[in-house]
Amino acid sequence: MTTDPMAAIRATFFVECEEQLGELESGLMAMEAGAADGETVNAVFRAVHSIKGGAGAFALDELVRFAHVFETTLDAVRAGRLQAAPALLSIMLRAADALADLVRVARDGGTVDAERIKGLAGELTALINPVAGAVPDAGTDMDDFDFEPVMIAETPAETKRVWNIQFKPHAELYAKGNEAGLLLRELGRLGEMTVQVDSSQLPDLADLDPEGAYLVWKICLTADCEESAIRDVFDFVEDECELEVAGAAGAEAPAEEAPPAAVPAFDVMALIGNAQEALRQEQPPPATVAVAQTPLPAALAAAIPAADAPPAGEAMGATIRVDLDRVDRLIDLVGELVINEAMLYQRSIEAGLTRASAVGIALEELERLTHEIQDGVMAIRAQPVRSVFQRMPRLVRQVAAQTGKQVRLVTEGEGTEVDKTVIERLADPLTHMIRNAIDHGLETTEQRIAAGKPAEGTVRLHALHRSGRIVIEVADDGGGINRARVRDKAIQNGLIAADAQLSDEETDNLIFLPGFSTADKISDISGRGVGMDVVRRSVQALGGRIVIASRPGLGSTFTLSLPLTLAVLDGMVVTAAGHTLIIPLGTILETLQPREGSMHALGTDLKLILMRGSYVPLADVGAALGFRSQPEESDGVAVLVEGEGGARTVLLVDAILGQRQVVIKSLEANYRAVPGIAGATVMGDGRVALIVDVDVMVNQTNSAVRAMPMPEPPAVSERTLAGVS
Amino acid sequence: MIKTILTVDDSRTMRDMLRLSLEGAGFRVVQAEDGVHGLEVLAGEMPDVIVTDINMPRMDGFGFIEAVRKDDTRRSTPVLVLTTEVDAEKKSRAKAAGATGWIVKPFDPVKLVDAIRRVAN
Repeated sequence: MTTDPMAAIRATFFVECEEQLGELESGLMAMEAGAADGETVNAVFRAVHSIKGGAGAFALDELVRFAHVFETTLDAVRAGRLQAAPALLSIMLRAADALADLVRVARDGGTVDAERIKGLAGELTALINPVAGAVPDAGTDMDDFDFEPVMIAETPAETKRVWNIQFKPHAELYAKGNEAGLLLRELGRLGEMTVQVDSSQLPDLADLDPEGAYLVWKICLTADCEESAIRDVFDFVEDECELEVAGAAGAEAPAEEAPPAAVPAFDVMALIGNAQEALRQEQPPPATVAVAQTPLPAALAAAIPAADAPPAGEAMGATIRVDLDRVDRLIDLVGELVINEAMLYQRSIEAGLTRASAVGIALEELERLTHEIQDGVMAIRAQPVRSVFQRMPRLVRQVAAQTGKQVRLVTEGEGTEVDKTVIERLADPLTHMIRNAIDHGLETTEQRIAAGKPAEGTVRLHALHRSGRIVIEVADDGGGINRARVRDKAIQNGLIAADAQLSDEETDNLIFLPGFSTADKISDISGRGVGMDVVRRSVQALGGRIVIASRPGLGSTFTLSLPLTLAVLDGMVVTAAGHTLIIPLGTILETLQPREGSMHALGTDLKLILMRGSYVPLADVGAALGFRSQPEESDGVAVLVEGEGGARTVLLVDAILGQRQVVIKSLEANYRAVPGIAGATVMGDGRVALIVDVDVMVNQTNSAVRAMPMPEPPAVSERTLAGVS
Repeated sequence: MIKTILTVDDSRTMRDMLRLSLEGAGFRVVQAEDGVHGLEVLAGEMPDVIVTDINMPRMDGFGFIEAVRKDDTRRSTPVLVLTTEVDAEKKSRAKAAGATGWIVKPFDPVKLVDAIRRVAN
């Protein structure tokens, strides 16, 4: 074995450990929720068992030792000797956490709290053995693993000894796939031997059971070995045969009776032939009787060529493991293909070819295929959110313990799939949101009881697909956002004016502002000064949005909405000041043709537009991105967009060209980050179009407007707007 | 002739280790992830030796061996059980199910190949 493949297997082992730890945890959670069915308990047992098995192979002794203690207790539960009571499950959940720590230490280095591990091992042992209840003797527990290979010879004897062995197989020996010939061959490896067959018990052919056992083998072995080495040869079959081993006195003593035709035992075929010869001499039935003794191998041998006939196709599982870089490269290439296809289409139009022409039809087919390939490639990267969700129960237990609250975590939709990149970057925001839900969202047990709620708070984590995006909800059944307190805090921190008029929704969204923290002192749990603004920023960075719905006394729901992939985007193609731009379709609420008089100036360079009776800040995209210095008094198109947190802005553009799916190219990677621009794409005509960063636009405009006094909306809603789409 | 070994184990780590050890020893290796999968693989393969784990989802090693022993064309195939236990109870259960022998985990490749040699025709 070289080190390289072992390193790869070791890596696989740790990946698998994480999966097993997830299984373990969800199984224990299910048991805690009352699922004590055999399969759940088995799955939990298997998880620990697998970790132990792999750890043994890599000599991770500490891990093996703890896993073994854990497994032993689980085995008692599986066998029904222990009841899966809440107290037991609580110990097991903590043991699962400890096991996870041991795995990570084994993988990443570092140390574990040995006392904690020892204590838990003690608790686990005490469950099965309440009388002893002591910390298990690690030495005893490890005995299993020091098992020596059966073939290792005992201390060599000084002299060669002669052994007389009598071996009488039972029928079961053959039924379980063992063969006398192979055992004799094995015995022959110990030294020189001669073999005799006693076929006196062989019945007449008519009475012969083809699967019976009638032969007795007498072996005379000259070898420098102990009796145990001889018995080890028969280790697998000790209950399926009669075996007598007797040492003959004296070295190099010849066998008492010389066998008829002794052959070196290494040649098994000769040995069997010898046996058959012996049969022929002593018994009238033909030599095939010996074959009848073990009829199946003959059938097997005949079948082997048939089995070799199909190509050596691996009967592997339905999954393969592929280097992520290869998939990413493929995604990049498909992106190029999509752009190329669009360019080809553009050229065909320029060449005057219609959709109905032969080229047009072929191009349409190409377009369909290209998009199917694109979807297929994207699906390769899709993974269920389970891997992230699985980390949350442990977090909930930790935070619950730190806050002294009783919390139940309910997860739904773990199978919802999303791009791997998105999953990887979901863990941090989700961790933060769940901490927040427990720390700030849920009331204390006393408060809950006083409010007539169950003492145990519930945090619900739910993933689902909705209109081409993945939506993740983190809901608590706590007291809801304390709006008065949020408002006070925001005023105190100078985030809003003391007399600012805010809707409930806007008030709730204040918690996303940088520097906002309602915790009176920086809490250990929700982080140090790291607030929901960080969550929002990381969600935004993924092209996502986060929305709060809070009902006083009933709880809050944070809804994350993220694109399924970061590689393509549905966008609206617009022009502004002669530039082609893309506005992400997901952010667009509606598009309108503003009527004369609907726009109102605010201060010197701000504008509002009156929509359905309320004012919405307006941003002239061409001016905002610096394409022109002065906002144009043009009759452009208004695009109402919503940023994260629900703030709205109308983006004024010159014209709308259409909708299309675009392949996102990073501007940051290829040029540099530009405020207001989220990325770029290549259009069908080969030109680069920039993708508008709607959140930045909305924030800039709204914060500029927030500082200004708002005009009162007219009492009667004016019909100043006409929709264009 | 190159011998074919079927390994049945739900752990990817173990499957990789088995493959590495057995291919290193010159065997052709086919693999399955649990008992049910093992039987599916057996429908198209005639391995010389089967190595199976005991604790597996869907169908455990005991069930798998019993099913192999009931199949007229496969029942004489030697089946080695991979086990971390050396106690008599596990051995006798494996034996009762029809196992030919066992390999104690954590195995080393030498032990594994040795056990296979002992039962391979």
